[in-house]
Amino acid sequence: MAETLTGTEAYAAEYERVGASLPGFAALRRRAMDRFRSLGFPTGREEAWRFTDTAPVAETAFRSAAGTANPNQFAALARGPLRGCQLAFVDGRFAPAFTQLPRGLEAGSLAEALRARSPLLEPRVGTLAAFEDHPFAALNTAFFQDGALVRVRKGTVLEEPVHLLFLSSFHGDPYVTHPRILVVLEEGARATVVASFLGPAGGTYLTNAVAELDLGPGAALDYVKVQRESQAAFHFESLGARQARGAALAHHSISLGARLARNDLSTVLAGEGAECSLLGLYEVSGSQMADHHTSIDHAAPEGTSRELYKGILDGRGRAVFDGRIVVRPRAQKTNAVQTNKNLLLSKEALVQTKPQLEILANDVKCRHGATIGQLDRDTLFYLRSRGIAEAEARRLLVHAFASEIVDRVRVDAVRAQIGGCLGLLAPSQP
Amino acid sequence: MDCGLTMLEIKDLHANAGDKPVLKGFTLTVKEGEVHALMGPNGSGKSTLAHVLAGRDGFTVTRGAVRYRDKDLLAMSPEDRAREGVFLAFQYPVEIPGVGNTYFLRTALNAILKHRGQPELDAKDFLDLIKAKAKVVRIGENLLSRPVNEGFSGGEKKRNEILQMAVLEPALAILDETDSGLDIDALRTVSEGVNSMRSKDRAMVVITHYQRLLDYITPDFVHVLVDGRIARSGGKELALELERKGYAGFGGPAD
Repeated sequence: MAETLTGTEAYAAEYERVGASLPGFAALRRRAMDRFRSLGFPTGREEAWRFTDTAPVAETAFRSAAGTANPNQFAALARGPLRGCQLAFVDGRFAPAFTQLPRGLEAGSLAEALRARSPLLEPRVGTLAAFEDHPFAALNTAFFQDGALVRVRKGTVLEEPVHLLFLSSFHGDPYVTHPRILVVLEEGARATVVASFLGPAGGTYLTNAVAELDLGPGAALDYVKVQRESQAAFHFESLGARQARGAALAHHSISLGARLARNDLSTVLAGEGAECSLLGLYEVSGSQMADHHTSIDHAAPEGTSRELYKGILDGRGRAVFDGRIVVRPRAQKTNAVQTNKNLLLSKEALVQTKPQLEILANDVKCRHGATIGQLDRDTLFYLRSRGIAEAEARRLLVHAFASEIVDRVRVDAVRAQIGGCLGLLAPSQP
Repeated sequence: MDCGLTMLEIKDLHANAGDKPVLKGFTLTVKEGEVHALMGPNGSGKSTLAHVLAGRDGFTVTRGAVRYRDKDLLAMSPEDRAREGVFLAFQYPVEIPGVGNTYFLRTALNAILKHRGQPELDAKDFLDLIKAKAKVVRIGENLLSRPVNEGFSGGEKKRNEILQMAVLEPALAILDETDSGLDIDALRTVSEGVNSMRSKDRAMVVITHYQRLLDYITPDFVHVLVDGRIARSGGKELALELERKGYAGFGGPAD
């Protein structure tokens, strides 16, 4: 029976107990665990955690997921429109019953890759997603056992999106999973990856994920993350990407579920002429909290970055957007635009937005900005004056606000699914 | 004209825009099939009346009553007024990025049809309808798929208002300075659209600052609004008199 964990020392004790049996990366895991112990859970005094209270995570006794969930409860969720090219996980463990992959696709469970000592892992795991300053990434790095590995070989174009489906079950005790994703696109490869995190209503669990994306020269990755965890769940993900010369990353972060969702996303434009587009949409209501910390590191010349995050806040929902763009001294001709827009639907909702530019080169075009607003009264009246009920008018305008992000999700089924979820959470009062 | 049923009855209406009294005893009766022109100088209360009738917040009725088809209009929500057949063509139509013109108008029409207990239109049937109506008001089909009024010219926005009126087929249409900012061609198109909607069951209140619009839309009655109340009523010849004398001749400020 797994030990019940609370606080930093409890995880440390668990590590001492099971660490030796974890697959591979012994030295890395040890380093990560040491780092986690010295960082500890955030106290709120750290700049990166000022507005995000993780005490409920530190204080909850999460067990390690036992892997005993009855997968049948997911049969419906696993049979979505993307099931034809899907890698599924239940409570962090590979679920072959819900997995179907086209022949020739090099994708599979990370546990299997660890067993087989895949040469793809060693140079990447723990290097793309930094854990030195991030206790949750460190914790994942110490404990991860499974997850997804996708490799697209040089010059290969994947027509069909690869769906990584992470399902969390509903069962009695709070539990934690540490899923890990590694996507490797070799030179000139193109692919679309959809990562979905789903959990049934009421499930109390902690998803502590790490994703690492390695884009070779001229590679193009469209990566859509959809977070629809249980409203009682905690969701953390640290995503680290590295883009070689001319590589293009289009990342979409759709955050709808969880009681607390924290996303750390960082990409390094390491090669000349790389480009990234980071698009985000978060919707919170009730007492939900969504926190996005993004970092774009322009480390080479002629890089382009476009970042637009939009938030919809209702009830006592809270959100943080902290976006940092660094333009290194040699990254001349960088072109960067960063925007955060928030729509507040209630008086109690609260957003902290902090766009930051750090420019160390002199020949660059960069701008950033943030807005916080409410539904426009004149527009609401205009819609109502045409016979549209107020609630419907509000829903229309919320969708309109979100459409700038949703419409740019190129996978039809995912776009439709997001549209169907928006604005469903709570009826709004003016 | 006298045989029509009373559609709108406004009695001794006093209303504030914000804290400022604007309407000060406005009285008007409109019957089915009639077209009334309401003229007046800036600040006389024309637009306040339009907004009060449509139910916009920020305007407070302090005295008087408005009955529409034997119902208390002022007690109804804006959407219920629209569903019961009241339509306001806005002086300044708003732009709604992210909401498609066609989708918006179908949502509106279906809300009204549902209210009346009539079957709603699916996307295809509605597209056929809106395309036919767009021809009448000479709106390019490209504007139908764009977000509502976004990037439309002034004339396109006004034509879009008339398109909405044509699709929603209201019983009572209030046109708030629909002529403002239109060149002659646009004015003619908009007027033709309005004229095509005239019928014995439908009443219109055409609010305008200038006589010019009435060259194209011939009213049954003309009312001159000065300082929140009707200073004089008459037939269409009153508009011509107004053209000669200016509002100063009716107790209003020199124009």
